[in-house]
Amino acid sequence: MQQAISTLPPARALSQRRQNIGDLVFATVARASGILVLLLLGSLIVTLFIGGLPAFRAFGVPFVYTVDWDPVQQIFGAAVPIYGTLVTSVLALILAVPLAFGIAFFLTELAPSWMRRPVGTAIELLAAVPSIIYGMWGFFVIVPVMSQTVQPWVIDNFGDLPLIGDFFQGPPFGTGIFTAALILAVMVIPFIAATMRDVFDTVPAVYKESAYGLGCTTWEVMRSIVLPYTRASVVGGIMLGLGRALGETMAVTFVIGNTNRIATSLFGPGNTIASLVALEFPESPAGSLKLSALLALGFILFVISFIVLAISRTLLRPRLKA
Amino acid sequence: MSASVSAGGSGSRLVKNEAVARALGRRRHRINVVIKALCVAATILGLLMLSSILFTLLWRGMDGLGLSVFTQMTMAPGSNGGLLNAIVGSLIQTGIGTLLGTPIGLMVGTYLSEYGGNSPLANAVRFVSDVLLSAPSILIGLFIYALIVAPFGGFSGIAGCVALAVIVIPIVVRTTEDMLSLIPTSMREAAVALGAPKWKMIVLICYRAAKDGIVTGVLLAVARIAGETAPLLFTSLGNLNWSVSLREPMASLPVTIYQYAGSPFDDWVQLAWVGALLITFGVLAINILARVVLRGGK
Repeated sequence: MQQAISTLPPARALSQRRQNIGDLVFATVARASGILVLLLLGSLIVTLFIGGLPAFRAFGVPFVYTVDWDPVQQIFGAAVPIYGTLVTSVLALILAVPLAFGIAFFLTELAPSWMRRPVGTAIELLAAVPSIIYGMWGFFVIVPVMSQTVQPWVIDNFGDLPLIGDFFQGPPFGTGIFTAALILAVMVIPFIAATMRDVFDTVPAVYKESAYGLGCTTWEVMRSIVLPYTRASVVGGIMLGLGRALGETMAVTFVIGNTNRIATSLFGPGNTIASLVALEFPESPAGSLKLSALLALGFILFVISFIVLAISRTLLRPRLKA
Repeated sequence: MSASVSAGGSGSRLVKNEAVARALGRRRHRINVVIKALCVAATILGLLMLSSILFTLLWRGMDGLGLSVFTQMTMAPGSNGGLLNAIVGSLIQTGIGTLLGTPIGLMVGTYLSEYGGNSPLANAVRFVSDVLLSAPSILIGLFIYALIVAPFGGFSGIAGCVALAVIVIPIVVRTTEDMLSLIPTSMREAAVALGAPKWKMIVLICYRAAKDGIVTGVLLAVARIAGETAPLLFTSLGNLNWSVSLREPMASLPVTIYQYAGSPFDDWVQLAWVGALLITFGVLAINILARVVLRGGK
């Protein structure tokens, strides 16, 4: 007893100190990892900016609205890829949002409960397919269908209309802005649908039940209860899809036609920032102005997607956290 | 009621109102049915897309799927090459990328859940991690190119691993934080009450309780980076010869598919389909496995 009491204090002090050191080390490593993530994004921005600096210096602000991309004369402008990036992404959203909404509506309100999990999983698996596979699928399956069936029909029937006819003219290559948007739409549907489904599931059942009790149809409950309740988060989910579409590389590279020209027709070829960077990079020696122009394009792409993703996150986080 | 009180004219108005109400009801019902049908159609369309992709892969890829794919290197067109170096390269880079990224992601997730709380630093880390999660992967490739490839003399397998690790981190962060935050406080209190220091509580109690969720996150990360092409184009570049050196350019399945699919040679295109078949079914299998692991834990 005597002995035990006398040895207790130093033993406890020792283990206490060891605990403190363990805690200190662990907490420091955890915090350092967190800071590392901040540094990662910070250095990503800085690296792209520094890499693009020679191009920004050489061309100044006109870089963003110059349409030339001429490696021979060393003139590089970002207007065409920026235009292509925005047009394909927005077009993809126009195609994807109604379908994604339909899928989310089906999964939350219409499907019998045994069907929800398998169908939901299948839609999510669509998001797991690597983007290069979408590129091959688009190139070998969708492009022939577009060039042989869809585009000739649309050009024949809509190409001569006043005002909108210009969008549907030109030879039916199959590749081009519209096909790229179509593939992008298929790629972002699972992201938007999954987010919408999760958000719709957060609506309290009482609200929906009261509406049903008043005699509302399923669609009226969706339109008047669920959608108003989740509006901000739905927009956030759409922005998330937009963020994905903006930076998609491999799938777009296969099907967009890769031409540095702004075509009026939606069936015309074009390029996007990501596809231009992927294609031109192998022919850009280190230290060249062209490589710098590509890094500058990367910086611009990053700024655009950062803004879109930041908005998306601001709209989504409160709902999905609660 | 109004019919019994007032006479004549207003009685016919009631009949009219009833007719309008019935028509309106029919209209509401019709809209409901049409929209429901459209939603079912949208879902079927989505499922058709998935089956079309899988069917195309099976149809085009099965023909070329033989033993030689796994035993032969990539070779010049017309000489019956395989994909061995690409498969091995993909396994190496995916493996090392996961091994590099997972511990960092795990620690960041731990920091966010156990230490950071709602402090400004933790919120900044959360925000940045979410942005990295959806940031275009091609930019991560460009970033690693400018950070590692350009200053240290050339394309290398290790640069590819680092680029993939950067993609792994935010995925693991998200799942780790979510899973740790699900653990009841009483469990933590019990550990602390027994005299365990905080780090022991986290490692021995929290990690163990959240094991399934964390494994799911890692599996999803593996599935994601196994199919990544764009970041590898600028880092490990691809290599048509056998090489397992991390200092040399290294082949990978997605980059080889990209090179072969765009080539004019029939046997290369055929091999690209085989590679696409392998990688897609591999990735989908890992995804399904991840879901099974998560469900098994609940």
